[in-house]
Amino acid sequence: MNLFVDLLLWAIAIVLAVIAGRRSHTLLRTSTREGVMDCVRLIPRIMLGVIGAGYIAALLPQETVGRWLGADSGFAGLAIATLGGFVTPGGPVIGFSIGVAALKGGAGAPQVIAYTTAWALFAFQRLFIWELGVMPPRLVWLRVAASLPIPFLAALGAMLIGRP
Amino acid sequence: MSEPPLQRRPRRSLDWSTAFIAVTVIGAAIAVYVRDGQTRFLEILVSDVALFLDILPKVLAACLIASFVAVLMPRETVLRWVGAESGFMGLIIATMAGIIVPGGPITVFPIAAAFLAIGAGIGPTIAFVTSWTLLGYGRALIWELPFFGPEFVVWRSLIALPLPIVAGLLARSLAGLFGVRPGGGT
Repeated sequence: MNLFVDLLLWAIAIVLAVIAGRRSHTLLRTSTREGVMDCVRLIPRIMLGVIGAGYIAALLPQETVGRWLGADSGFAGLAIATLGGFVTPGGPVIGFSIGVAALKGGAGAPQVIAYTTAWALFAFQRLFIWELGVMPPRLVWLRVAASLPIPFLAALGAMLIGRP
Repeated sequence: MSEPPLQRRPRRSLDWSTAFIAVTVIGAAIAVYVRDGQTRFLEILVSDVALFLDILPKVLAACLIASFVAVLMPRETVLRWVGAESGFMGLIIATMAGIIVPGGPITVFPIAAAFLAIGAGIGPTIAFVTSWTLLGYGRALIWELPFFGPEFVVWRSLIALPLPIVAGLLARSLAGLFGVRPGGGT
């Protein structure tokens, strides 16, 4: 699956490169150079983000997280879950593994949905490493503000449907 | 082909947000070293360096895609589909785009920034990022499914389906309220 994503990404990049090259060679050259330079500029951030996530995750008390998010924790539980999603580092695995640990430790499904949704939407580290590096900062904060109700809405949806 | 050259934001490799993360990471690394010892410290380092090498080709591909998209995408099409005037349809199109874009934040943020630079509206841009975050198949298949199992993932995704549009609508009204424009000075 990982390889599939790699291949798909490179296939798209190559098709676009061919289209650009057909239009003009200068266009292909300048946009390739710009893309490569963007990548080089992102590398220090990525190293920090990926290598740092492991250390931050190692320090998180997973059992405590599970206890705070019980099925009866109500709105406060949802608020804690949302806040927890914000402070969880943004690697690909950490939020899910904590979410599963919480679910196994007795957390309610809506709380876990609020947690993983908040983590997916605005884990602080992903915000700082990826988004603020690339997008206009005001727009990033606007997105975070507009996303604040989303974990609650997702949890509410799960409560209303009674699933998962 | 006489469109003016794009004004893309200059990117610095180091700034305050990176510095903040650097301090947090160094602090956490020292704490792990002191608490758990050198073996655990090196264990984490080795596995994370492997992960880093794994995502590097994705980063390069994504940056190239974003760069090509920025020069190839006809601006009128972007404006019509997801421009500031695209209304509710623009939000739906952006949500669908977020579902099908492959890869991680490495891919989605450069592409979102590229679309913004060629005239996409605030609402659709935010619906796109939100949709990728909540519904992107890549993350759901590779990471969420093995952890949570199909039932959880399917129900969570169904519940999340309308939420990118909610975020887009909210973002648009907030942008109007605070006078944020897509060009977005800092």
